[in-house]
Amino acid sequence: MELLNFERYRLKKNVHSYLQGDLFIAHDVNSGSLHLLDERTFNVLKAIEDLQEVEEKVTSAGINQILRQTRKLALTEEELAEIIEEMEELRQEGTLFSEEAEGITPNYPEKPIVKAICLHVAHDCNLRCEYCFAGTGAFGGSRTLMDLETGKKGIDFVLESSGHRNHCEVDFFGGEPLLNFGVVKALVEYGKKAGSAKNKTIKFTLTTNGVLLNEEIQNYLEEEEISVVLSLDGRPEVHDRMRPYANGRGSYAKITPLIKQFTTKRPESSPYALGTYYYVRGTYTHYNLDFDRDVIHMADLGIKQISVEPVVAGPEDAYAFQEGDIDKIREAYDRLGEELLKRRAQDRNFNFFHFNVALDQGPCLLKRLSGCGAGHEYVAISPEGDLYPCHQFVGQEAYKLGSLYNENPLQLKPEVVKDFRSANVYAKSTCRECWARFACSGGCHAANVASTQKLTEVYTLGCELQKKRLEVALYIKIKESLQNNDRLADVSSPVPEIRC
Amino acid sequence: MAKHIQTIVKANLSATVKTGGCGKCQTSCQSACKTSCTVGNQVCVK
Ligand code: SF4
Ligand code: SF4
Repeated sequence: MELLNFERYRLKKNVHSYLQGDLFIAHDVNSGSLHLLDERTFNVLKAIEDLQEVEEKVTSAGINQILRQTRKLALTEEELAEIIEEMEELRQEGTLFSEEAEGITPNYPEKPIVKAICLHVAHDCNLRCEYCFAGTGAFGGSRTLMDLETGKKGIDFVLESSGHRNHCEVDFFGGEPLLNFGVVKALVEYGKKAGSAKNKTIKFTLTTNGVLLNEEIQNYLEEEEISVVLSLDGRPEVHDRMRPYANGRGSYAKITPLIKQFTTKRPESSPYALGTYYYVRGTYTHYNLDFDRDVIHMADLGIKQISVEPVVAGPEDAYAFQEGDIDKIREAYDRLGEELLKRRAQDRNFNFFHFNVALDQGPCLLKRLSGCGAGHEYVAISPEGDLYPCHQFVGQEAYKLGSLYNENPLQLKPEVVKDFRSANVYAKSTCRECWARFACSGGCHAANVASTQKLTEVYTLGCELQKKRLEVALYIKIKESLQNNDRLADVSSPVPEIRC
Repeated sequence: MAKHIQTIVKANLSATVKTGGCGKCQTSCQSACKTSCTVGNQVCVK
């Protein structure tokens, strides 16, 4: 008997089924729906997947043969028919085996609409972090601070180049932006005035290592409602090894009390980085593959919004990930997921940024296809006023987009804009076949270029980590739903329309 | 009543092709990390 028509439908890329903890999970990629399966149904899905590799038609005999081959229990015709019937109902509802929207590619106006800038107000730093992609603050150049005039031109640039968009973003970045705090203050004042004159709102963020985060600056950030991303790697020994001062001394003891103090001022900070928020972010490396301990350490300090990310490094770096690290990293994400659930159940909640997935309220498909927007919606500006696709490309001449001091600063180098615009999910053959494509958006351009020298080839280790994080994130979502039956989707309710 | 499959989240991502693209959401890399594209970790703000 032929079951469900799977011709031209590649299950592997469209429905991701996996075992996480004690749950059998199916994520319907194109609709974004999420299902909990019993073990038999999971085995059937996997058997269909395997069958598709060798045959076009999916039959009950074929499924049972695979189940026997893989030493899974074979099913009676009735059992299989029952499972298939449930699948078919979901297919008709559009939440399982859903089709990929066809012919969707982001459609951009000829002139880029840049709505976000990263202002490198200081190419200097008071720390010498080992893994700094900014070359310990100087981005391969000399140590310089951005002057006020350049900063103002940067703000004028984003207000102008954002066209009809009335929400702009300015991130103060470095090096360490608080080394140029006077200019930051003047630019916030200038930006607020210049923005309102154009009926636009600028959302400011500041990314800091926390060394200079004294009471006065903390109060200022509060008053001006500036979102803040603070760098802390976790346990003292882990942090100090990678984030020392120029004299080699660790910075943990200095910054931790300041970061703690600041985060308590924002108890309602959004886990999804909405409004005025804070995030404490760290980097993990080959040296701390048990980085779940670092996240927990930060949670124990009372920090609620935590993001810890894998280092991007060259193979020559001692702290770069090595063969064999991936399994340990996966285990760390598994442990972290369990610990987070445990703490939430005990009312000791914290958020881990990469475990946040708002499936039914997430961004629209267009956003998911186009990704971070580097090089056309988002640009970074060096202290000298040079424009680059993003903060990680600053100083790389081949990627320079222009300068605020050009005759027409809004004119960005068309070839670079085109390359970044076209490097979307569908431009990458690996991503087209990947079940994580709409959550990942094809990865980070900077990481892809660093590892493959191409914008359209992916950084494979990054893919493994991305997929693992997503698996745990979906698992957490299901566990929490089960714990709170009220939040379970009502099986009889119509599919909600997502507003975007 | 479904015996084998329990739906936890019903979503309709493809439908957002018609409604989306407003561009009000934050640039993904600005939010919490600056080292990875985190579109999947954001929410729609409209
Ligand atoms: S970058 Fe990797 S994980 Fe992301 S969509 Fe592409 S293949 Fe998938
Ligand atoms: S290229 Fe990478 S680092 Fe740059 S904005 Fe995009 S995601 Fe962020």
